Amino acid sequence: MRLSIIAGLCAVALAATACGAGEAGSDRALAGQTVDVIGTWSGEEQVHFEKVLDAFSKKTGAQVRYTGAGDELPTVVQTRVSGGTPPSIALVAQPGFAAQLAKSGAIKPVGAEVEDAVTANYAPIWKQLGSFDNRLYGVYFKVANKSTVWYNQKAFEAASLPVEKPATWDKFLATSRALADAGTPAVSIAGADGWTLTDWFENVYLRTAGPDNYDKLTRHEIPWTDETVRVALRELAKLFGDAKLVQGGSSGALQTEFAKSVTNVFDDPSQAAMVYEGDFVAGVISSSTKTVVGQDAGFFPFPSLNGSAPSVVTGGDMAVQFKDDAATTKLMQFLASPESGSVWAADGGYLSANKGIEPKAYPNEVTHELAQQILDAGDNVRFDMSDLTPAAFGGTKGAGMWKALQDFLGDPTKIDETMQGLESAAGKAYKP
Amino acid sequence: MTHVLRARRAAEPGRSPGKAVLFLLPALLILGALVVYPLVYSLLRSFFDASGDKFVGVHNYVETFTDPRTLIAFRNNVIWVVVAPAAVTCLGLIFAVLTERIRWATAFRLILFMPMAISLFASGIIFRLVYEEDPARGVVNAAMVGVHDVFSPPSPYPGARPRSGLTAGDLGYTSTATVSPGDVVSLPLVGYSPQRLPNTARSASKSESGHREVRGVAWLDVSASGRSGEIDPTERGMPGLTVEILRDGAVLSTTTTGDDGRFVFPDLAPGQYSLRLPSSAFALPFRGLTWLGPTLVTPVIISSWIWIMTGFAITFIAAGLSAIPRDALEAARVDGATEWQVFRRVTVPLLAPLLLTVFVTLVINVLKIFELVFVIAPGSVQEEANVLALQMWQVSFGAGGDQGVGSALAIILFLLVAPAMLYNIRRFRRERS
Repeated sequence: MRLSIIAGLCAVALAATACGAGEAGSDRALAGQTVDVIGTWSGEEQVHFEKVLDAFSKKTGAQVRYTGAGDELPTVVQTRVSGGTPPSIALVAQPGFAAQLAKSGAIKPVGAEVEDAVTANYAPIWKQLGSFDNRLYGVYFKVANKSTVWYNQKAFEAASLPVEKPATWDKFLATSRALADAGTPAVSIAGADGWTLTDWFENVYLRTAGPDNYDKLTRHEIPWTDETVRVALRELAKLFGDAKLVQGGSSGALQTEFAKSVTNVFDDPSQAAMVYEGDFVAGVISSSTKTVVGQDAGFFPFPSLNGSAPSVVTGGDMAVQFKDDAATTKLMQFLASPESGSVWAADGGYLSANKGIEPKAYPNEVTHELAQQILDAGDNVRFDMSDLTPAAFGGTKGAGMWKALQDFLGDPTKIDETMQGLESAAGKAYKP
Repeated sequence: MTHVLRARRAAEPGRSPGKAVLFLLPALLILGALVVYPLVYSLLRSFFDASGDKFVGVHNYVETFTDPRTLIAFRNNVIWVVVAPAAVTCLGLIFAVLTERIRWATAFRLILFMPMAISLFASGIIFRLVYEEDPARGVVNAAMVGVHDVFSPPSPYPGARPRSGLTAGDLGYTSTATVSPGDVVSLPLVGYSPQRLPNTARSASKSESGHREVRGVAWLDVSASGRSGEIDPTERGMPGLTVEILRDGAVLSTTTTGDDGRFVFPDLAPGQYSLRLPSSAFALPFRGLTWLGPTLVTPVIISSWIWIMTGFAITFIAAGLSAIPRDALEAARVDGATEWQVFRRVTVPLLAPLLLTVFVTLVINVLKIFELVFVIAPGSVQEEANVLALQMWQVSFGAGGDQGVGSALAIILFLLVAPAMLYNIRRFRRERS
């Protein structure tokens, strides 16, 4: 008796599902399946990403559950993997961590369809960055252009200075000094967050030492006590070491978090004229201040040093899969397609290395320019070094590269100590 | 009669071990799964490497004691144990004794107990904001700046500095070249925003030279496409600036600049003089202390812990106070003891065992401190504020992910807490017997 009731219910449920699929008029073959996605995004970015996932759900019928793990994503993922309940897909910002997961067998190589999509839509460098041991594991869903300096036009006007985007580091320093003369601190530096300092260093190093040394230093084939590191730190010290140029001086900068460094520049009245960080600064400007990107807020590429060619430091979130069920594979495929990126691109705060995304998918000219800069940069694109190094060195709060550069910001005359500190931390972290 | 006796004997403890085990089994199982197994597993794990496959002996312990980060954490834990529990016990005692006498004792204690009801994470966020460096956001620095500015008003032109012609010294900026009567001196200043000049400031212009007088103009040499060191049409004087004239290093007289930035030193004998702008006019505004900087961060976190835990100590000590025999206190008072003597010679000795228990409990609590440090310390000073429990978490689950060293730290932490625990257990047992 009871059995027949259950059977009846099942039949009804099945019929309902079938009807639902019929009405939607699309292939809802994955209805009833759940994909568990974990990423770093929270707040506004989470809303945008969930829109992308909703588009997938609408298309396939699969449920997607998203968890925002913030900065602690590697910890959360590692804990879930050792606990035997890995997510279906994680969006990992550190290729080093992804390599670790690939080596331990926690993540699976992508299927042939996903690989085809990546080959078709992305430049070879992105495929290379997503591969470990010559097998493709990761799809770069969202990338960052970390070679942009953002300025507030109003701050320049208040200082009675014309906005001329400095193309070289010397001109940038001259502009900074002119701003300081007019009573406006030139830059706000987010020293409380170590990762912004690693980005400062990487941009200067990529330009002073060149891409080849950059790769070598990333793999720790040359030590951090190398002369090229000294040259880069010396250039940085020209800016960091001049208390007039840095909002709040060194100690003030060390208490400034990233979001605060942006509002320092773009709030009214502004407390500094420029802030260096990636394209995502635009998102913070729009969400936390009244300044409009493209009007008073603009950007220029990180200035060239000693005649270096245009170079871009990038970062990105790579989707990797821990499971290979149908719904997970389908979502990976979706994330590799221009379709998914276009959804978020329309909302702003998003760049993609996906060639298939139409320029008009981006909400404004600034965003499109940022994306185009990455597509055009060609061989001079380098991935964020601190994300490529072992996480203990390049991605831990209060340790390794973060801490060494924070100490350097605290006292920029200590170049030797900084180099030794970096080398000893790297020596430990790169240990096989 | 015998029937009754036999029944009583059967009910005595120790007569039916089988039944006892049966009743204890659920508790034993839970204890075993949640306490003994993790403890033993952590101990074993601490002898294996990061992957957990290779036996490394005591290497993890060696690494722990040679890692500078862990040593800082050790040092901070010592500071915590020395300062925090004693402070909380003392404050608890003081408040408990004082609140015993007032009308609204319960309400007062309730308020003091309230911080205990807030999660440590939330308290951490509160104190993170309280101690924020920017006076516009952090209430402590806002108060400090407010008080400071009442007694010494902020300088008129903070951050401004001469563009050229003056050298910085201890007392201010002194002119490099000497001046003599009849000269007209230009003092171009920069580093200050033209928008912030007082409304009274008027266009600067160079004055005519005067006989037996040193004249000059101090102006803000900042304008759109302005020439440096020259007075451009839109550039304005800096009113109210103090200028000193010196002869042989001694101040001869002092004047202030007018609305157009001009100043005059009249009636000077012929000779060589120099000018000085006292640095007090350019002092950067007082912005309070960097509470969350490397030197103050641990005291700041300890202060917030004291705020949270004082209520806990008050509750315990107040309970102990109400259990003190009143006649002992009354007898002392009748014998003519002052209130202070009663407190010192009667109340405290009677409370001593309880105070010790509270103290030891707080020591245990302090050794395990984690959340407050994690939340309050900004990323740039987390190393300086580090404590063992936080270090353990970072080492095991942080991006490095070495649970071998993490387990070693957990065992060390356990060994540090164990004596305090044992002491408390023995006390409880003695009290019962």
